[in-house]
Amino acid sequence: MNFLLINFFLISLLLVTTFFIFKTTSLISVVALTGAFTLLCSAIYVNLDAVDVAFTEAAVGSGISTILMVMAAAKLPEGKKNKLINLFPSIILAVAISLILIIIITNLPLLGDPNAPIHLHVVPEYLKESKDFFHIPNVVTNILASYRGFDTLGETIVIFTAGLGVIALLTSNTLNRKTNFKKNKKNER
Amino acid sequence: MVGGLFIIITSQNYLKKVVGLAIFQTAVFVFFVSLAKVLDGTAPILTKMANAYSNPLPHVLILTAIVVGVATSALGLALVLQIYKNYETIEEKEIESLELKSDK
Repeated sequence: MNFLLINFFLISLLLVTTFFIFKTTSLISVVALTGAFTLLCSAIYVNLDAVDVAFTEAAVGSGISTILMVMAAAKLPEGKKNKLINLFPSIILAVAISLILIIIITNLPLLGDPNAPIHLHVVPEYLKESKDFFHIPNVVTNILASYRGFDTLGETIVIFTAGLGVIALLTSNTLNRKTNFKKNKKNER
Repeated sequence: MVGGLFIIITSQNYLKKVVGLAIFQTAVFVFFVSLAKVLDGTAPILTKMANAYSNPLPHVLILTAIVVGVATSALGLALVLQIYKNYETIEEKEIESLELKSDK
């Protein structure tokens, strides 16, 4: 019962944070609120027994990504209070998506049901065997590094590619292209 | 539970879009981890005291996804910076009007 109450409280806090992210126009407060959002998420993960995920979310999600966003926001101009665009179609889309999701969620097994199909296949073997194989008590580490090591290798490749992309984007000089608006503006004058 | 989050995310149409994308992702992660929960279970670290553990498999998947998500949002931020360098604005409407002007 306590578990559900804490969960409900944290998720309502998440909703409030999301609403304020939607509301504010100042870029730096958007960034700060995003940091708060991810920290709240890691609290939810702890509540859901996912300590490793909470750890990563707190370090990478609210640490590194907030730093990156602060660095970007420092270079960008202050957000303007513009009219919302595409408001009506996006409301329809959002309502439709959430209706579909609610229908799907009602068909899922109950939260915390130990006999749900997800808990019956593969995982019992992982929990039983991994200690004998690798002598590490943390099952998440075992799966991440051993059973699904190639997955993690693929992840590393993705991050490497993303890093290359960021470097290429930030160092390339696109100002000499035809679609250069600074130049066009000068020509107009 | 997560369904409510989506409403707010999809309706924002600034170049706060990168942030919106990150929020969208995180909502999906919370949903995934909630599937892994077993009532009366503990974190999947083997001890003698516990009798039930939560499912470690979704945890692993989400662990990977969080890191990839940060990489994608970094790429998005770099794109936004590059757009700002070229157009001197990051508001979608203003960029559109600039495009229209240059087409004439």
